[in-house]
Amino acid sequence: MRYLIPLGLFIVLVAFLAIGLYSRDPRDPGKLPSALLNKPAPAFRLPQLKDPDKTFSAEDMRGKVWMLNVWASWCVECRYEHPGFFEMAKTVPVYGLNYKDRPEDARSWLGELGDPYVLSVSDLEGRVGMDYGVYGAPETYLIDKGGTIRHKHVGPVTEEAWTKDFLPLIQELNRQ
Amino acid sequence: MTRSLLLPLLLLCLLPSMTTAQVPVEDKPSDDPVVEHRLAKLSHELRCLKCQNQTLAESPSSIAADLRREIREQIKAGKSDKEITAFLTQRYGDFILYKPRVTPTTYILWFGPFLLLIGGLIVLFRYVKQRRDAITEQPLTADERRRAEEMLRS
Repeated sequence: MRYLIPLGLFIVLVAFLAIGLYSRDPRDPGKLPSALLNKPAPAFRLPQLKDPDKTFSAEDMRGKVWMLNVWASWCVECRYEHPGFFEMAKTVPVYGLNYKDRPEDARSWLGELGDPYVLSVSDLEGRVGMDYGVYGAPETYLIDKGGTIRHKHVGPVTEEAWTKDFLPLIQELNRQ
Repeated sequence: MTRSLLLPLLLLCLLPSMTTAQVPVEDKPSDDPVVEHRLAKLSHELRCLKCQNQTLAESPSSIAADLRREIREQIKAGKSDKEITAFLTQRYGDFILYKPRVTPTTYILWFGPFLLLIGGLIVLFRYVKQRRDAITEQPLTADERRRAEEMLRS
């Protein structure tokens, strides 16, 4: 009986530590939940990276399920996730938001690594990024046919994130 | 030996930042001291999202610079502190607030310490009372009293 109280407290402590360790991605405690989840994707109209005379708007994607990937040539992890988008682009249209990047740097980056995006737009000052709650690159958003953000992924879209989080959701949203 | 290696290694660290760069953000203090004063006050209450143990005021990260610029512009545009915080929480969530709001999810954070304090006081009072009750008066016997008086006298 004397030992029950300290043992009980110890178990409670261990439970709290376990929740702290496993409840979120153990690799990165800096990943924040999106405040915009299940809210309308903020509207924007930005010049296209490869053809700055033309613009692209989130509105243009009404009726489609699509992915918006925030990337930049200065972002190291973007380089890591980049090859995966070629495969993903077969399932879902992937658009790029070139975040706080020099367009000439961005174009040569795509020239070097290939371009899986339907198109990318230039967000020179990161203002559209701010509307989306971007706090670093890469970040990836999944937007449904009605223009609602259904998923936000912070950090590179790994194969695991794609098969576990994105793919099932894309299939479900496409059926709607 | 280690010394001679240190400098080239340090220089090597600079390499990635030289090859690629972000579009620089203007983060110059405004000429208007009122704007700067309000910015300083606001940004001390807001969290930098990249380096989460720093406030927006102290963080050197580029997202913090972006947000400072945004806040500066909104102050100049005549927005109230409340409107600016609303703008930021709408985008980045309550996490950006260093002082968490009082909502059902933060009740335990705000009131938990007081509950613990009250609980601790209750336990303490009970314990003290229990101990006090456990003490039973044991009056001296006539023999003991006599011996005690003898000791005091000598």
